[in-house]
Amino acid sequence: MPIAERGADSGRISARFEALKVEGRGGLVTFITAGDPDCDTSLEIIKGLPAAGADIIEIGMPFTDPMADGPAIQASSLRALTNGQTLAKTLKMAKAFREGDTETPLVLMGYYNPIYSYGVDRFLNDAKECGVDGLIVVDLPPEEDEELCIPALKAGVNFIRLATPTTDDVRLPTVLANASGFVYYVSILGITGTREIEADPVAEAVARIKRHTDLPIVVGFGITSPDQAQSIASAADAAVIGSAIVRKVEDRVDDNGKAAPETAAAVLEYVGELAAGVRKSTR
Amino acid sequence: MSDATAKANSYRTGPDEGGHFGLYGGRFVAETLMPLILDVETAYEAAKADPGYQADIDYYAKHYVGRPSPLYYAKRITEHLGGAKIYFKRDELNHTGSHKINNVMGQILLARRMGKTRIIAETGAGQHGVATATACALFDMPCKVYMGSVDVERQSPNVFRMKLLGAEVEAVESGSKTLKDALNEALRDWVANVEDTFYIIGTVAGPHPYPAMVRDFQSVIGNETKQQMLEAEGRLPDQLVACIGGGSNAMGLFHPFLDDESVTITGVEAAGHGIETGEHAASLTGGRPGVLHGNRMYLIQDDDGQVVEPYSISAGLDYPGIGPEHSWLKDTGRVDYVSATDKDALEAFQLCSKLEGIIPALEPSHALGHVMKIAPDLPKDHIICMNLCGRGDKDVATVAGLLGVEL
Ligand SMILES: Cc1ncc(COP(=O)(O)O)c(C=O)c1O
Repeated sequence: MPIAERGADSGRISARFEALKVEGRGGLVTFITAGDPDCDTSLEIIKGLPAAGADIIEIGMPFTDPMADGPAIQASSLRALTNGQTLAKTLKMAKAFREGDTETPLVLMGYYNPIYSYGVDRFLNDAKECGVDGLIVVDLPPEEDEELCIPALKAGVNFIRLATPTTDDVRLPTVLANASGFVYYVSILGITGTREIEADPVAEAVARIKRHTDLPIVVGFGITSPDQAQSIASAADAAVIGSAIVRKVEDRVDDNGKAAPETAAAVLEYVGELAAGVRKSTR
Repeated sequence: MSDATAKANSYRTGPDEGGHFGLYGGRFVAETLMPLILDVETAYEAAKADPGYQADIDYYAKHYVGRPSPLYYAKRITEHLGGAKIYFKRDELNHTGSHKINNVMGQILLARRMGKTRIIAETGAGQHGVATATACALFDMPCKVYMGSVDVERQSPNVFRMKLLGAEVEAVESGSKTLKDALNEALRDWVANVEDTFYIIGTVAGPHPYPAMVRDFQSVIGNETKQQMLEAEGRLPDQLVACIGGGSNAMGLFHPFLDDESVTITGVEAAGHGIETGEHAASLTGGRPGVLHGNRMYLIQDDDGQVVEPYSISAGLDYPGIGPEHSWLKDTGRVDYVSATDKDALEAFQLCSKLEGIIPALEPSHALGHVMKIAPDLPKDHIICMNLCGRGDKDVATVAGLLGVEL
């Protein structure tokens, strides 16, 4: 889609990557599922993320059938849904976050059906109003761009594209054609949180994608430690950490899926450790 | 009539290039899977153009599966119901006991052409899993079948059959632990093993090209029926009836007849305890368009777009979606979709066993349940052909339990 036909976006994502460049380091992108284990606790976590060192925040919109995710994120989606999370509530959380933070980019991540059910136009309108800067919708490849990608770009909401090791040089231009915001490189074949990441092939892949685009490239899937976060944030523009954070939530819910008083603090402490790792990265 | 108008008036030209049947179908998958699905599509197009591929399919259909399956006049049921003349298309006589093997042979021959060395599949009732495990034994390929742990419990004879055939059966504990979760898990396996693995989907759903490909493999049912009916009656049937889970046996019977206007076509979904109770698996009657498992289709979901776990006495019909081509055929009005309850199916199961000496699977028992409702009021020269797509051995224990009989 020609840039001229795109609506103006919030500018928060590009501003954040510019700032990281000035700092000379890679960024930290954190993922948690909205409403996991409940609305209040997850909002407390989200509000605390920027101070803990998150540079970009991804919020998962829970879905009953997260086909591309591993056991940790599946379980977190179910905890959230069991506790009554809906897409409308997730948008409200985005709004509540945005009221206290006007700079940290906020990206919603999930699957298409809840959005389709909510109504694409209504969703884009509400997301923009709630201060959402970008979308990652796992089951919408470029072949289905008419569904949400094009309308999102027109509405000025970034549509962030996934690239994977199976996305070869022939396919990359197709994947990148309507990409905006940044590119999310899924570093290993498989589902979230089940295999460990290695830095060398990642650096190669990032270089390969950079030959096709000027957009920042973030890398995720399989990062668990501050050291890994540091090395990935040196190889790419940012490291994404999801399953490992979600597991910290899981560790601190009881058998009925209820949060403990210290749940949010414990998750944020872990994010702080990852952030310290990322702050040692050099770009 | 010019070719162009003939095409425009046909119900048999779908899908379009993007895999759409009207609003439905498509390729709603993660980027990781996209290159694989494009590969399957390319390989399938090439295979279709190669007479050797069809010759292989025909060879195994005849010598291994046992096709053609008979078209049988069900005289005693016809007389008992006292109206329409009822025929059964006997796909329960196929090797492994259902229509599922028609599709599996087509896909495994394609997988071999593509040089894939490992097979995965999902299964609900276990019939597709058994058919896949069987073909993998035949071609000496490792096979992993994903099955929800709830289904592993209620279809244990099929679990043992798969293991005897050398397959690994993985009990899926995620989500609601039934067919939809088995499908999720199989997709996850495929994403992680893209190099060597071929995923044999068991019904006319999933991302393009699966719905069209599975339909093509199952169309042997309808093509044979057409010919056999002309031999038996000198004309086409007045009505076709088939049960619908994902929709493959029904699509296989229906598709060759879609442009024969004189033929009424009826699909029967599982109404479980009754549509009004909310405990059913009737996606077309009780669902609305949604996106799951790589395609848009009618889907049983809540107001938030979350998938609702369906219910049916029959594990093979217990799926919250339905193939995209059926979804489209419903909207066009070409096919009527109705439903039958657990109770209807149980009654039909017993009647067919007693009157015809055929123990049907619980899935086609739903189709027969509907036939029992409509046949008495139809004239004697109204010919119904019903797809008897599976045999009931696997269901004997379930039915005994429901009838209060201890085995
Ligand atoms: C005998 C039989 N009939 C029907 C079905 C439902 O599938 P479909 O609607 O794809 O034919 C199954 C599925 O397991 C089955 O085993």
